[in-house]
Amino acid sequence: MSPTKRSDWPKVRVHVVTGKGGTGKSTVAAALALALASTGKNVLLCEVEGRQGIAQMFDVAPLPYQERRIATGLSDDHGRAGAVHALHIDAESALLEYLAMYYKLGRAGRALDRFGVIDFATTIAPGVRDVLLTGKIYEASNRNSRNKNAQQYDAIVVDAPPTGRITQFLNVTNELAGLAKVGPIKNQSDTVMTLFRSPKTAVHLVTVLEEMPVQETADGVTELRATELPVGGVIVNLVRPRDLDADDLAAARAGKIDRGAVARDLKSAGVEADDALIDGLLDEAHDHAERRALEDTQRALVDELDVPHYELPRLPGGVDLGGLYELAAALKEQGMA
Amino acid sequence: MSPQRTSREQTRRVGPLASTGKYAAALDVDALLDDPATEIVVCCGSGGVGKTTTSAALALRAAERGRKVVVLTIDPARRLAQSMGIEALDNTPRPVPGVPAANGGSLDAMMLDMKSTFDEVVEGQASPEKAKAILENPFYVALSTSFAGTQEYMAMEKLGQLHKDAKKTGKWDLIVVDTPPSRSALDFLDAPERLSSFLDGRFIRLLLAPARGPAKLMTAGFSLVTNALTKILGAQVLRDLQTFVAAFDTLFGGFRQRAQKTFELLQAEGTAFLVVAAPEPDAMREAAYFVERLSEDQMPLAGLVVNRASTTPESTLSADGAMAAAERLRANNGESLTAGLLRLHADRARIEAREALLRERFAAAHPDVPTAVVPALATDVHDLGGLRQIGELLAG
Repeated sequence: MSPTKRSDWPKVRVHVVTGKGGTGKSTVAAALALALASTGKNVLLCEVEGRQGIAQMFDVAPLPYQERRIATGLSDDHGRAGAVHALHIDAESALLEYLAMYYKLGRAGRALDRFGVIDFATTIAPGVRDVLLTGKIYEASNRNSRNKNAQQYDAIVVDAPPTGRITQFLNVTNELAGLAKVGPIKNQSDTVMTLFRSPKTAVHLVTVLEEMPVQETADGVTELRATELPVGGVIVNLVRPRDLDADDLAAARAGKIDRGAVARDLKSAGVEADDALIDGLLDEAHDHAERRALEDTQRALVDELDVPHYELPRLPGGVDLGGLYELAAALKEQGMA
Repeated sequence: MSPQRTSREQTRRVGPLASTGKYAAALDVDALLDDPATEIVVCCGSGGVGKTTTSAALALRAAERGRKVVVLTIDPARRLAQSMGIEALDNTPRPVPGVPAANGGSLDAMMLDMKSTFDEVVEGQASPEKAKAILENPFYVALSTSFAGTQEYMAMEKLGQLHKDAKKTGKWDLIVVDTPPSRSALDFLDAPERLSSFLDGRFIRLLLAPARGPAKLMTAGFSLVTNALTKILGAQVLRDLQTFVAAFDTLFGGFRQRAQKTFELLQAEGTAFLVVAAPEPDAMREAAYFVERLSEDQMPLAGLVVNRASTTPESTLSADGAMAAAERLRANNGESLTAGLLRLHADRARIEAREALLRERFAAAHPDVPTAVVPALATDVHDLGGLRQIGELLAG
């Protein structure tokens, strides 16, 4: 095992992972769940937006509304092993379960479905959908020895809605304000809110080093803070390789790389170097240098956000299960888990 | 469970079932934009693939080629919005500054304001008192601002309005529409249908029943339902809801009709759908899903745009060859610049190979979908110059 930094988030039980579309938030959520499990924790990885992304990443059959163990770690010296369970939360099932659990509404629950109420509540009635999804997350995080058969988790990782919607999603009380001023739904959303605002929760934002996603991350951080929701870390994903140092990058940008030296090197390495090949390499270097400069500007903006941040490399082969393990290791090494 | 849900969860594949199609035909963007029969271009795809930029670039290119264009964007990046002069969210198309009025073309742009679009619909359909009652109801306020799906529905509503306007005034002959970054890229197609089926739903009719009079509709089933709802939501919420539904009742017919009309407009011959994707497995999977869904719904699909493609110059040096050479150089000189260049080359070649495979697989499954591949630019796009460049790349 490589020497690992201690976790920056020892008190956090609920890790909410958000990010702009295309930044890889589901990948990061999965990698974080693995990283936490690799420290011996029992982890639940939830998805709430019905895309079955977890099943695809872990190459298992589509997940039902039921917790399934999808990965188990290797046992430590005490014979304990961490595990990742996955849960696909959909609002309809959550509502039926909720009704059965708290109201013993077996028959009425079915009547509600027959009358289209379940559909109404989960697709049209504003805010209710989010209350149900977050309610289930709350339920999973608050199990104790009283529910005998239920799994208890050390940590929950939520593959949450994108940055543009995250505050609305978590700020369930506000969404319901003006609708349910009193009553059980209101109480329920208040309890959920208390958990989300507590130090037991952290909202992590995934970004890439491009202008729009970084801007959206900054806006997201501001919004979360304004709503008193705990901002966690920023995970900078898909970082380009660092094969050239600052001087080389400057030379590449200015078109001042020594062609002759490159040609000699190539020859000494046994590569047949014609002009086209060298031109190609220099073009690629120029392009890369421009992007790296852009990345640096954006990285400076991420620094200004004043939250811990972590970087994950862009894997040239794409993300498969092995790739997820690699990313998990990178998160752990940097103290994310 | 319900029809609207199954329609969103596609369970079958649609395709040639046996195909070796290695390369898709190239999408001729200019022919599409120049064809006067093209009246509407809809850009759709999953979040983060560059739909807004593609829409804006297409609109600009069409305008500079002589079309009178209006582009409806959903949530443009701040600097892009600034450069197009549409930071003000006033729901009205404005001329984009800096577009030369050559060839008789013009470009107007707007950003969707979902709440005021909804308000306008209500105000346009109800008497002033009734409209006021609706606009103030807490259910309406929440529905028009935060319901996931309202944005999709209002984008389509706005498209319908712009189209009507264009026909009436002749101000525009091409409308380019960006679609919202839905959790499911298909939500905007379903939004009108979802609204209609909701309005037709038994639940709504039940809620309306007491207001309409005879209590004979109050079946045992219904009181079971209302009792359950009162228990869960509290009596006040149920009352608000009933008031809302009663006030909305008269508008329902109108809404349904409009939703139907929008759907027909999307199916019409003058409409062209472009599916936008990035060369990533998730985005390509969503794109495939979209292509299949459009064909099932008989929506006119014009092609696929793959944004941000990696490119690497034709090279005789393979990724493995480059890595091996880089290792040899590193062994002699740990700081070797050339080794760095070789590693970069290998990295790019690998990414490009992976992307090419993704596109090839897509083409095999969907051989009839013409494709435009737009290479990634080294920098972000936030001015007309950048959009123009994207437009050129789109046109190939």
